[in-house]
Amino acid sequence: MARDSVWRTFLVAAVLCIVCSVLVSGAAVGLRPRQERNKALDRKKNILIAAGLYEPGADIEGLFAGVRSKLIDLATGKPVSPSEVDPASYDARQAARDPDQSVVIPPESDLAGIHRREKYAFVYLVEKQGQVEQYVLPIYGKGLWSTLYGFIAIDADANTIRGLTFYEHRETPGLGGEVDNPKWKELWPGKQLHDAQGQIQIEVLKGAVAPDSPAAIHQVDGISGATITCRGVSNLLRYWLGPDAFGPYLAQQSQHSTTR
Amino acid sequence: MADAKPKEVLLNPLMNNNPIALQVLGICSALAVTTKLETSVAMCIAVILVLICSNAAVSLIRQQIPSSIRIIVQMTIIASLVIVVDQCLQAFAFDASKQMSVFVGLIITNCIVMGRAEAFAMKNGPALSMLDGLGNALGYSLILLLVGFLRELFGSGKLWGVTVLPTTGDGGWYVPNGMMLLPPSAFFIIGLAIWALRTWKPEQVEDF
Repeated sequence: MARDSVWRTFLVAAVLCIVCSVLVSGAAVGLRPRQERNKALDRKKNILIAAGLYEPGADIEGLFAGVRSKLIDLATGKPVSPSEVDPASYDARQAARDPDQSVVIPPESDLAGIHRREKYAFVYLVEKQGQVEQYVLPIYGKGLWSTLYGFIAIDADANTIRGLTFYEHRETPGLGGEVDNPKWKELWPGKQLHDAQGQIQIEVLKGAVAPDSPAAIHQVDGISGATITCRGVSNLLRYWLGPDAFGPYLAQQSQHSTTR
Repeated sequence: MADAKPKEVLLNPLMNNNPIALQVLGICSALAVTTKLETSVAMCIAVILVLICSNAAVSLIRQQIPSSIRIIVQMTIIASLVIVVDQCLQAFAFDASKQMSVFVGLIITNCIVMGRAEAFAMKNGPALSMLDGLGNALGYSLILLLVGFLRELFGSGKLWGVTVLPTTGDGGWYVPNGMMLLPPSAFFIIGLAIWALRTWKPEQVEDF
């Protein structure tokens, strides 16, 4: 059979396709358990970082034993029963794309620029001797180039920030990418989400916070050269901690902590 | 090319026939991943692996490939290899793969890989083709590391994530050059590198 005959061409193409697809799917399937493990570990690591519990080289699984995850319905703030949604297989990112498991955010309240959000979300409770010390909540929203994914840790009073970290984004390194800068992240702990009226006030300013301003407790210095990323961080925090997302849940927790 | 010597095949692409500086291939990825030395190195390793394997694979079946579909055959081989490398990175070097993100996939469109498959591996045996792949990937790496080194040093005052020039933002004295972190700076550095290389080796200057 000549090298350039039609049949030969089809034969080579078919054999090549089969060999390549076996190779690719073999790699994908064979390595998947390892990749899933890496992703899960990375998520746990970032939850611990937000809560201020992580130290380089620490045993992540061991530290994570003190963290309890709970799936809640964002609309009501109530826990979801495992019979309704299985927490072991629930993937918030996938749910946000699934019309059955997500809600469309009306444009006027879509501060985070994400268009849809999942109905159910995980909250991570950092506990010590049965008492909740911190709530770690997953947050995400648009920056300049990309969606920033992160975690925020909030004190048991449901108002004071304990830490903030982003584990996935594609902002410009050195500019918007400085949201990863430990010096900037140090500015967050101690800031308060709500004012006395319960309105959410947390904000990243453009420029530095005036230390004697009465609003300083709600404000964080902006990063120079990263105005749009910082605005994105402000907006996504206001969305996720506001009444359309974790607001109902946080309100219940703060009532709980004041009555206790 | 049939009587090419292994040593020349390996070493020529480093200086005399550098894929970026002389052949001007693979520029896009040289802009994208070089803001930090660490990602540059990860990219270099990935390209070295893909280029060696793709050259070997194409060369092995070069007698069988009908000329009418040879480009798409090369493309399929390269794409498969890149996906496998990407999967391996996600499994074994998760942090590096997180940083390189989409750029691993873009190795498929790196003209060097395709260019070497078409120009060399289609005409030479597997061993020589692997050497050619290694040589070209090293030539590419050389430029990538140079660009990554300069951009990280002057853009964020760091090398491999370690502070070398304390920046004013952290209370030091160095005012970082923000432009170094943006893609155009890689163009400038590559341009200057080509200038320097051609001043040193005037035979690389093209005729007008």
